[in-house]
Amino acid sequence: MARISQIEGNFQFRERSQWWSVTMLSVCVHFPGLTESVIAAACSRVGQSVLHLDRRNYYAGNWASFTFNGLLSWIEQYKQEVPITELEQVWRSLIDEGEDAVPLSALDSSISNLEVFCYARLHEVSEPKEDQHTSDISEPSQSQEEKESQLSSSPADPTVEVQKKITYQKLVKEGRRFNIDLVSKLMYSRGALVDLLIKSNVSRYAEFKNIGRILTYRNGKVEQVPCSRADVFASKQLTVVEKRMLMKFLTFCLDFEQHPEEYQDYTEKPFREFLKNKKLTENLQHFILHSIAMVTQHTLTEEGLKATQHFLRCLGRYGNTPFLFPLYGLGEIPQCFCRMCAVFGGIYCLRHSVECLVVDKVSNKVKAVIDTRGQRISCSHFVVEDSYIRDEQRQSTAYRQISRAVLITDRSVLPSESDQQISMVTIPPLESSAPAVRMVELCSSSMTCMPGTYLVHLTCSSSGKAQEDLAPVISQLFHVSTIPGEEPSEVLWVMYFNMRDTSALDSSSYSLPSNVHVCTGPDDSLCSDYSIKLAESVFHHILPDEEFCPPAPNPEDIIYDGDGPQAKGPGFDESTNTECLESSQE
Amino acid sequence: MHGRVKVKSTAQQEEEKRKEREKKLKAFVSARDAVLRKRSAGEHDEEALQLTQQLLSSNPDFATLWNYRREVLLQLETSREKDEVQKLYESELHFIEACLKVNPKSYGCWHHRSWVNTRLPQPDWTRELGLCDRCLSLDERNFHCWDYRRVVVKESGVSVEQELQFTDRLIGSNFSNYSSWHYRSTLLPQLHPQPAPDSIHSHRVCEEQLLKEYELAHNAFFTDPNDQSAWFYYRWLLGREEMISCVYVSRERERVSVAFSKPVHSEGLMLVLDGQPQQVEWRSTHPRLRHSPVWLCDLPPGSVSDISNEHNLTVHWTEKYTHRDCALYTGCAESWCRDSATDQELFRSELSVEKSSVLQAELQSCNQLLELEPQNKWCLLTIILLMRALDPLGHEKETLAHFQTLKVRKYYHYLNERYSGSRK
Repeated sequence: MARISQIEGNFQFRERSQWWSVTMLSVCVHFPGLTESVIAAACSRVGQSVLHLDRRNYYAGNWASFTFNGLLSWIEQYKQEVPITELEQVWRSLIDEGEDAVPLSALDSSISNLEVFCYARLHEVSEPKEDQHTSDISEPSQSQEEKESQLSSSPADPTVEVQKKITYQKLVKEGRRFNIDLVSKLMYSRGALVDLLIKSNVSRYAEFKNIGRILTYRNGKVEQVPCSRADVFASKQLTVVEKRMLMKFLTFCLDFEQHPEEYQDYTEKPFREFLKNKKLTENLQHFILHSIAMVTQHTLTEEGLKATQHFLRCLGRYGNTPFLFPLYGLGEIPQCFCRMCAVFGGIYCLRHSVECLVVDKVSNKVKAVIDTRGQRISCSHFVVEDSYIRDEQRQSTAYRQISRAVLITDRSVLPSESDQQISMVTIPPLESSAPAVRMVELCSSSMTCMPGTYLVHLTCSSSGKAQEDLAPVISQLFHVSTIPGEEPSEVLWVMYFNMRDTSALDSSSYSLPSNVHVCTGPDDSLCSDYSIKLAESVFHHILPDEEFCPPAPNPEDIIYDGDGPQAKGPGFDESTNTECLESSQE
Repeated sequence: MHGRVKVKSTAQQEEEKRKEREKKLKAFVSARDAVLRKRSAGEHDEEALQLTQQLLSSNPDFATLWNYRREVLLQLETSREKDEVQKLYESELHFIEACLKVNPKSYGCWHHRSWVNTRLPQPDWTRELGLCDRCLSLDERNFHCWDYRRVVVKESGVSVEQELQFTDRLIGSNFSNYSSWHYRSTLLPQLHPQPAPDSIHSHRVCEEQLLKEYELAHNAFFTDPNDQSAWFYYRWLLGREEMISCVYVSRERERVSVAFSKPVHSEGLMLVLDGQPQQVEWRSTHPRLRHSPVWLCDLPPGSVSDISNEHNLTVHWTEKYTHRDCALYTGCAESWCRDSATDQELFRSELSVEKSSVLQAELQSCNQLLELEPQNKWCLLTIILLMRALDPLGHEKETLAHFQTLKVRKYYHYLNERYSGSRK
């Protein structure tokens, strides 16, 4: 967790007692998920004073990424989650006449059905002696001819490597090399998140890697999806006629609004039917529906066309696919925004949360919050994540769930010449009632797993428990084995869990004061557009006249107060001193 | 409060930038004047290198400075040991690379680099090839780099297979690169030449490889029929070898004329008269024309003037290991030797069953594409040419129809005229 200390070092550290009484905070933000962090950064950027808290001891909340050991602790914590005894009496005394208290929830029930399976051997078995080893290999499958050829040819090939299987012990030992995200998403190169990162200059706090290839699961095997011109050209799976048809269709999609006559008959019909009507082959229909547009069987034509268009427009901006992924995992992104917030004066506190809100009876607005230490902090706005809201404040509890699986494997789902690429795999529903599954396979150069392994994330909207939803898919794609003596399992370790998807809720779902802004999400879509758009909307509620995340100025263009005329920049030498003084006298 | 952010105004920024520029300009001008003074004074020393380095780093196109630098380096060479010279030129290569980053298309830089490699006691061609790879990955069409690559490949003896694989990679990642296709066309005949190289109707590439290349071209123009590179490559594949199409001898004029299927250089042209190689000067139809479809030479005076003598002439073209014989018979004032089938058509292959079936298959592929892209001019044009090559009269109606579709531009108009002439 090196990042935390970096952020903490950035802001002015003052005595706790000092700032409690000093400022009336503009915005108090609770829970540093992506949406909340963006809001905090945006508010701080335009000069608002921001306090950003969370009761956890790590950043990013449900958007966090963990080392392997960190994840194991997180799993333990989840299993032992016990509600903290309420210290009602403490904050009761801080509520005045004319004020109401709105307590927050101390329990986080956004994660459920957490299950872990380990297929790796616990420890390394000591290697048998040399000659024993070779005879083990040769014995089982040796036919007469093989024996003969072995005798005549040189002794057992010394270059054949027996890849040592990674043990659980090794995973724990190398645990710091892992950065395991709870949320699995990718970034469209022209999506809301990338645009925001560029606009605000927050992009300079992180590094990114291209997704190398897009794959799909079809007819029992994993295939590459040709999406760029170069892919289509090189594809051995498409006939030349199919190549033309695909390129023609994709070119049409790029500007489909200019040709309404082509699709207006299908606006009320599913996209799937439109593709059939265009005489695209089964092959192509699959690729477009599941891997390019990534829509369902029921999605209507225009939405399908828009999705295809978005995909195509994102191609080629940074690489051959439309997607980027941040090095060190998605959990870096909320931290980047937190950093920007801190640079502009925002204050961060972990292991510190808000117990209840203080609402003014007359205006029905929040005027202060009370934290777990019994301190009262005034603020004009309160931004909070859904999981902290108690049931009493909810109008509706219609949640969806997202099923998640995190795997550590030692073999790519589709091995190729390059073992260092990030792949995205779309798996259409295995049965008609099941949801489509999305998989992201991360290589070790994405700094999310140790060399020799892949970190694989699966996501789908839940029908049931995560294990029920995703285990069938995993067994189709990987060799999973618990039986010793059988071919060793490609999956070393897997964790299943369900995460609540609150994205369908909006402000009408809660009965809270108007200056309490509840952030919902993450949603189950591939990108983070929902969270960014929500952040922008909340920001405009709080500060309707301010610009949302304007670009941060370049360091050279910042003038610091209290510095003499000499210190305009580094390395300022004697000879130009006079020049500077002259200009400051102008 | 410390760290309050106050940003400089645009006016302030502009002013600062202007001052920067002025400062830079002053420095540049004074350095340049110093250098030129030194050069006229004939000084060839370390200082000269330093000053020119300063200037060339920001302006690598200043040719005079490269010239001066070469003078200095040559001078320094004389006073250094071999391994010092090696080091000297190696650091020169580093410097050139830095300049190339400023302008990857600087004539001066590339030329200087070639020159340095001629002076290096031990040139490192692997590194040079690597540099080409990098430059081409940044700009696939940098012709400077392509030329340099050809030099490197020649000097270092990199295998044709390796280079062919290189074009595989380039074309695989972006098939809209004319330069890669072109380079491929120069490599293929070396790697997979047509056997029996001295036959008259030779092709450049053996059939097996040719079919693979056709497939590659198909993939390209089916994926993007509007991309010219693939079509041009395809036409090159379909086309025939440059060859001698006709030889003419005149007793009266004591002259030999040789006509080729395409403009060629006269290098490698040899005349043999009655078994004796002749010392002749070849000229084209215009003194300035170095590439010409027609070449003429004068025979030694009196060599063929006696009409009662029979003579045998052979024109050899060593470039393509091909030749043409021409017999001048007794009583004949002149003689023609030509292949009657070749002079009208743009191109054709041998009319053996094998070959025409290949062309037929290609015609089918193109027609398939035409169904999907009825307006594509490249497709139409290629179909016309294929039909002409296979069966000009049989396809006449279709040919005319396609011409109509092409909406007759000047070039196609000419082609139409040409073909309608041959129909009569």
